Amino acid sequence: MTMAEKILARAAGRRRVEPGEIVEVAVDLVMTNDITAPLSIAEFKKLGVERVFDPKKVVFVPDHFVPAKDIKAAEQSKIMREFALEQNAIYFEIGRAGIEHVVLPEHGLTRPGMVIIGADSHTCTYGAFNAFATGMGSTDIAAAMATGTTWMRVPPTMKFVYTGTLPPFVTGKDLILYTIGQIGVDGALYACMEFTGPVIDDLPMDDRITMANMAIEAGAKTGIFACDEKTRQWLANVTTEPYEPVDSDPDAHYAQVIEFDVSTLRPLVALPHLPSNVRPADEVRDLPIDQVVIGSCTNGRLSDLRIAAEILKGRQVHPHVRCIVIPGSQEVAKQATKEGLVDIFLEAGAVFSVSTCGPCLGGYMGVLAKGERCVSTTNRNFRGRMGHRESEVILASPAVAAASAVLGRVASPFELN
Amino acid sequence: MPMRGRVWKFGDNIDTDVIIPARYLVTIDPQELAQHVMEDIDPEFAAKVRPGDIIVAGRNFGCGSSREHAPIAIKAAGVQAVVAESFARIFFRNAINIGLPVVEAPEAVRETETGDELEIDTENGIVRNLRTGKTYKATQYDEFIQHIIRAGGLLNAVRERIEARKAAEAGQ
Repeated sequence: MTMAEKILARAAGRRRVEPGEIVEVAVDLVMTNDITAPLSIAEFKKLGVERVFDPKKVVFVPDHFVPAKDIKAAEQSKIMREFALEQNAIYFEIGRAGIEHVVLPEHGLTRPGMVIIGADSHTCTYGAFNAFATGMGSTDIAAAMATGTTWMRVPPTMKFVYTGTLPPFVTGKDLILYTIGQIGVDGALYACMEFTGPVIDDLPMDDRITMANMAIEAGAKTGIFACDEKTRQWLANVTTEPYEPVDSDPDAHYAQVIEFDVSTLRPLVALPHLPSNVRPADEVRDLPIDQVVIGSCTNGRLSDLRIAAEILKGRQVHPHVRCIVIPGSQEVAKQATKEGLVDIFLEAGAVFSVSTCGPCLGGYMGVLAKGERCVSTTNRNFRGRMGHRESEVILASPAVAAASAVLGRVASPFELN
Repeated sequence: MPMRGRVWKFGDNIDTDVIIPARYLVTIDPQELAQHVMEDIDPEFAAKVRPGDIIVAGRNFGCGSSREHAPIAIKAAGVQAVVAESFARIFFRNAINIGLPVVEAPEAVRETETGDELEIDTENGIVRNLRTGKTYKATQYDEFIQHIIRAGGLLNAVRERIEARKAAEAGQ
């Protein structure tokens, strides 16, 4: 069996499972946010159940439209806050938290072998920790909050093998954009993407998290990595909870095995309006930009901010560009302050925001006007994603985003001396 | 009972951001969401769509965000069913869970245009284009999913189970 199949088999109380079959699994963690929780809570209350199945396994994170962008958003957050407190569930208030997919791993809540579901499509992020993690809608989450179980169709696994040597400024973001560019936005529809190979073995956790995060952008049910020394090191710093990693058997069956030699990759961008519309950044000429966003559940971690600061240090954001830097969590903000990264951003003429999903989905804190173009380290560049339906989003790594902020157009970091 | 409806045709990769833009996700009221359905792919759609209409689309319909607001907006706008070449998996689950029929019928999609009238028999997995008279096979749901549909959505199916368990416990 593959590692995904092993986790589902264990959670279903079975010896083995086969791709395509539907199994009922016990869930180890159920998560919602300020957009999806109110609907989940409304549905939960229709079930005739008083309490969530286990308050220590139910998590609420206000992050999308907080600090509340308007009265309606404030009302939605309030519904979630009151329910979370009433249920004594895990709740991360602003000022002590941040973006869900940054916060949960920081607190050691996402561990190898777990089944994690969340009412947010980027829940697949936790596959970086060798968990089976997938996004669902509010009703599925309501049912799981009540019963502690959910149904899953066992996905076929596609194995991706990354070989060669990673060139400078080519990051986890570039690897996943390249992969989506190769297979398309439905290239892994309903499947599990297993990320392997010598390049992955050497890849830092933050970059693995970025890759798992965007598995959904290829249509995947989840992305998953093996648990290794890097995973264990991360977990040792944040939790004392035990965990049971899984690895794929040597004779595991894969729907497909795809190998990429990454040695000649260059920093990439995904042009509007699909994450699969991928080009090398240095091949995109004369594309002026109005805004840069550096942050999000995809690229809002400390290493992302370090790369951006390295490029912005001693330089200025282009006079025509608004550069918005958003730490993924309070922890990231604190550490970025300690390391002097925030000073670098402010000196360069960028703004440093509170931790929020805000601009990624056109919520607030950087919504685009008609005809505006933004280079963003987020995960989606669909039409209207960050604002007006005639605005454009170009996806990139923090390095490309920072270089673009300086030059006022889509740019590769190699263009800066 | 087969359903019949007038078709609105869309392309590939219709994402949940264009189905219901995030700027409207400050409510869970279905009627309010319905006023903005498909707004970023066709700003006139909410005004044009009539109860009983059918959305027909290409590959990967509903990709992107997990927002259940997307199928809710479509259903509340009166759309009877969505027929697509394929569905993104979270959208597919959400639609089944809230009782919006979603039908995978690639060949039917390719030969259907806006304004056509379709007849859909979900029980038997058959789609008929009444303009051309042609009949197509649709992917049939497996038993588990049919059970959710028969119950009228996931919540009802789960509630039935919870009540059965409570009754069994009370009977012991």
